[in-house]
Amino acid sequence: MRTVERAVVDGWVVAKRNLIKIKRVPEILVFVLISPIMFVLLFAFVFGGAIDPGGGVDYKEFLIPGIFAQTVVFGATFTGAGLAEDMQKGIIDRFRSLPMSSAAVLVGRTGSDVVYNVLSLIIMAITGLLIGWRIREGALDALAAFGLLLLFAYAISWVMAWVGLMVPSVDVINNASFIVIMPLTFVSNAFVPTESFDGVLRTIVEWNPVSALTLAARELFGNIPPGAGDASDAWSLQNPAAYTLIWVVLILIVFVPLSVRQYKRSASH
Amino acid sequence: MTEMISATGLVKRYKNVEALRGLDLSVPEGKVLALLGPNGAGKTTAVRILTTLLRPDAGTATVAGCDVLADPDGVRARIGLSGQYAAVDEYLTGFENLEMVGRLYGLGRARSRERARELLERFDLTEAADRPSKTYSGGMRRRLDLAGALVAEPPVLVLDEPTTGLDPRSRIQMWDVIRELVDSGATLLLTTQYLEEADRLADDIVVIDHGKQIARGTADELKAQTGGERIEVVLADPGDRERAVPVLARVAIGEVTADNGRALVTAVSGGAAALEQVLRDLRTEGIEVLDIGLRRPTMDDVFMTLTGHSAEEHSTADATEARKEDA
Repeated sequence: MRTVERAVVDGWVVAKRNLIKIKRVPEILVFVLISPIMFVLLFAFVFGGAIDPGGGVDYKEFLIPGIFAQTVVFGATFTGAGLAEDMQKGIIDRFRSLPMSSAAVLVGRTGSDVVYNVLSLIIMAITGLLIGWRIREGALDALAAFGLLLLFAYAISWVMAWVGLMVPSVDVINNASFIVIMPLTFVSNAFVPTESFDGVLRTIVEWNPVSALTLAARELFGNIPPGAGDASDAWSLQNPAAYTLIWVVLILIVFVPLSVRQYKRSASH
Repeated sequence: MTEMISATGLVKRYKNVEALRGLDLSVPEGKVLALLGPNGAGKTTAVRILTTLLRPDAGTATVAGCDVLADPDGVRARIGLSGQYAAVDEYLTGFENLEMVGRLYGLGRARSRERARELLERFDLTEAADRPSKTYSGGMRRRLDLAGALVAEPPVLVLDEPTTGLDPRSRIQMWDVIRELVDSGATLLLTTQYLEEADRLADDIVVIDHGKQIARGTADELKAQTGGERIEVVLADPGDRERAVPVLARVAIGEVTADNGRALVTAVSGGAAALEQVLRDLRTEGIEVLDIGLRRPTMDDVFMTLTGHSAEEHSTADATEARKEDA
């Protein structure tokens, strides 16, 4: 228990350090927040006319939770990039020579990156509301949806932390995350309904945790009537919130120890 | 006397190179040891092992009584490391950097802030305390980095090439700061490729090349290995050379070497007395002198004598290793 306490106390010190950077370089934030707005507008107005989610559901209603899911998952790139940058600059060496918790740098980084995701969710929600997306269930359900999105993003953050500690530079992490996250979010029901996929691809979509996350968010926001839009018999889509949580737990169980181990043996130079 | 740093048989292999091939080190309490060697000699690798950043492939090391492999946290709590690459966070102010380090040493908020202020004052950074360290000059960053190593007043300090890349003025400032630390009783391991730096700061010098110790001793002892003092004479008239050689030969230990022009050099043992005699005899002979001096060999001479190559001349393989260490 003592270990966990140190990790949290030291992690908070590191998180504060990361947040100061946002304050000093607010430009970072501008780009973080503009790209989700762009995604919302592009998909809603470019594909909006061409894609029919079925069941009489409006595409904008269908789309926004998908954009939420995609954006917060992409947010994990920041975790990897931040760690890769710290490695390059030798800051990780300094941290590793201090008598601090060996999980703290990772706890702090993944923690402070939640702030990015909270901000981008707020911005996207406002943009969504402006173009016709609505929260149709109760406030508690909506909070649960946002919570689920943040939890899943937090777990993915640990995956990218592990990658970030292994790659030699920030550029590599940006490309790496693009290669992983693009297919993960596009081969899902985030932008088009599950029914539009066939064969193997459909099975992948059904069991892709991003699909479950998106569907869970749609249901909690009340953007689709129950059973509509994502008619699938797969257990993952019948119990999307539970399935998402299982993934969150699994990812954390695997990647928290893996990342901490990588941190301990990482060599910046 | 207690050994604050002690390492035996350290070996570290990278893919193609052996960065360390059985290095032994020992630093008694309150002493300064300089690890001297050219780029790629293995200095940084040794430092990384002693500061728990890297595991050796063989060998053991203890720092302030803690084993680097068995008790890395114990080591970390007792050392302060200041690296070659000034590892300060450029977006944080000087004050924030030091406060953060204090918190991570477990000093607590109030004590961390107090310590940060003390150190900024001591390192002449008070005015810059609230500016992001991105705006600092190279010398200021280095001082801030060193201040970071001192936050918890650790008994052992490890400084990896503290003045590499600094301009001469900042280097001398840095030397003053390090001297003060030493005077206040810190045990210090210092790596450097500047021979003068080791001479000025260290009680004891280990010269390493290709991952192994090639000599050890005080600056004076190392210099003595290359033949002690020398008298260098520059004649006003090159034609006097033949007559000047026997004069020098009277006090010489070995041969008198003359270049093609007007300079003569010889190793002597008598020091000032020998110099006085040479001057007197030259005057008696009516030989005019442009310049004459008693020179102690430079540390470059030491390196040349010990390794047979100068500190700069290194093979391609070493250059690759140097890049690996410095990348």
